Amino acid sequence: MITLLEARNIGKRFGGLQALTDVSLTIRKGEVYGLIGPNGAGKTTFFNVLTGAYTPDGGEFVFNGSELPAGKPHKIVGRGIARTFQNIRLFRDLTALENVMAGHHVRTKAGVWGILTQNRFTCEEERLTTQRAYELLDYVGIGRFAEVVSKNLSYGDQRRLEIARALATEPQLLALDEPAAGMNATETAQLKLLIEQIRHDGITVMLIEHDVKLVMGLCDRVAVLDFGKKIAEDVPAVVQKNEAVIAAYLGGGKHAH
Amino acid sequence: MNELVSAVPWLGKRNPMAARWLIIILALAAPIIAWQFGRSWVRILDFALLYMMLALGLNLVVGFAGLLDLGYIAFYAVGAYTFAFLASPHFDVHLPFWIVLPLGAAFAALAGIMLGFPVLRLRGDYLAIVTLGFGEIIRIFMLNLNYPVNITNGPQGINMIDPINLFGWDLSRNLQVTETFSINSLFLYYYFFLLCVAGSILFIQRLQISRVGRAWAAMRDDELAAKAIGINTRNMKLLAFSLGATFGGVAGALFGAFQGFVSPESFSLMESIAVLTMVVFGGMGNIAGAIVGAFVLALLPEILRDVAVPLQQTLFGTVILDPEVLRMLLLSLAMILMMLLRPSGMIPARARYAHAENMKREGAQ
Repeated sequence: MITLLEARNIGKRFGGLQALTDVSLTIRKGEVYGLIGPNGAGKTTFFNVLTGAYTPDGGEFVFNGSELPAGKPHKIVGRGIARTFQNIRLFRDLTALENVMAGHHVRTKAGVWGILTQNRFTCEEERLTTQRAYELLDYVGIGRFAEVVSKNLSYGDQRRLEIARALATEPQLLALDEPAAGMNATETAQLKLLIEQIRHDGITVMLIEHDVKLVMGLCDRVAVLDFGKKIAEDVPAVVQKNEAVIAAYLGGGKHAH
Repeated sequence: MNELVSAVPWLGKRNPMAARWLIIILALAAPIIAWQFGRSWVRILDFALLYMMLALGLNLVVGFAGLLDLGYIAFYAVGAYTFAFLASPHFDVHLPFWIVLPLGAAFAALAGIMLGFPVLRLRGDYLAIVTLGFGEIIRIFMLNLNYPVNITNGPQGINMIDPINLFGWDLSRNLQVTETFSINSLFLYYYFFLLCVAGSILFIQRLQISRVGRAWAAMRDDELAAKAIGINTRNMKLLAFSLGATFGGVAGALFGAFQGFVSPESFSLMESIAVLTMVVFGGMGNIAGAIVGAFVLALLPEILRDVAVPLQQTLFGTVILDPEVLRMLLLSLAMILMMLLRPSGMIPARARYAHAENMKREGAQ
């Protein structure tokens, strides 16, 4: 198995709160990697540090063999890491299609001069961007809503649109922050199929999720965070039986804090 | 143009082609109609076109990129003063129009970047305050840079600026067609400005439907998400400020040349507010809104001046409310009503960010 992402001793502190302490983990190419833990364990902080929204206080990420530029989101996306958000963050006044087209920004090059003169390169790039956006909307199953302004989409479709937008950046690693939050059982089942399809198409997936059934059914490996520390990392079946994990979730006495 | 066409009441939806021609014919015939009411009305139309350019440029910054700019008139000032420096007896420099105009635009763009850098991390109210301050700084510079070295000639302003000269064709002179028939200079300026506005619309529309336009819209709707999909928000903000400023600079240069005189009082905070009002009044974030807003609000005070004074004199025998006061009163009232009844402006069209011809796909629903 080839390592895609390696986190080395990532630390992040907010004032007096140590949100992440020496978190190290490796994600292999082609797997679905789950990141779980109780509320406030630092999962989303880890995502934010990984994708450059925050700069880590210590440690580094090695992606595809070279270090990621810390705190530079657009460069990190350029390197091939895309994310979605726990609370959906779409461009609300744009249509579904335009949202996905905006996601293609980092893979296009047209400059102001090309745009003003509408030269052949720009027109061709624009055409491909549109075409690709339609394909991605179909891929996540909301092609029929291409012209709908995204704020008017249903909740589940907004989640799908966010995934399509992230896929438009042509990532190698897709980081999903609680994609099933607020979904009903049917929607979750469809989401599971979608994530499996994404993995099948060669994109590694990293997943924060509270829905234990989804995590256990979907992930190849799972890491558990608790109070900013990694307390376990293994295949789901093993993690499920890990005492420290059980203690973290149920607040058992054995796990001292 | 398409937005403008569909904004035509009744006709726009039914027969876009007819609406398009109606707009073109009205735009071409406007000064001829205005001439019937007196030459000052043609002059007012010329100014309305300059305001359209300003509104288009500001709409790019505020409407597209979502960066509230209360000091936009500073770029107008930079353009106007650049023209005044380089084509007037003030420094005794008389560079040709086609050199001064791009220079005015370039300096304004530079000023845009100068403003852009310090405000990169600001948004909302904070951004508004800093841009407001920037606008005032530029104006105060213009006002005070006459001592110890006289650069701007202070409050007196700069006079006798060269008129627009298109390859030897002086727009400030009436065009003598035949012995008895001549076209007034105001008409020449009108059609030249109209061409500039048309060019601005074309450019801004192209920017809107492009990766840059989408990046701006993304930034406006959610900056964090925009960063997360790989948009370099710093560069995109600077680009918005500098491109918006460019339109202001061009309008300013044209203003200086048209008026033949610039002074700091033309670039007060009230002017910034007026242009912003035009954008908001017309409908933020769409080109047609900026055009209509600028046209209506540039004409309103002049119509008031013509109507209100005689009306008050016949009614009360004396002028109770000065037209200038009345203008602010009516404008404020219009804005309040607008926010209550049509918060998204007179033409609340949703701007498109994808080409229509790319959007037909095989087996489309």
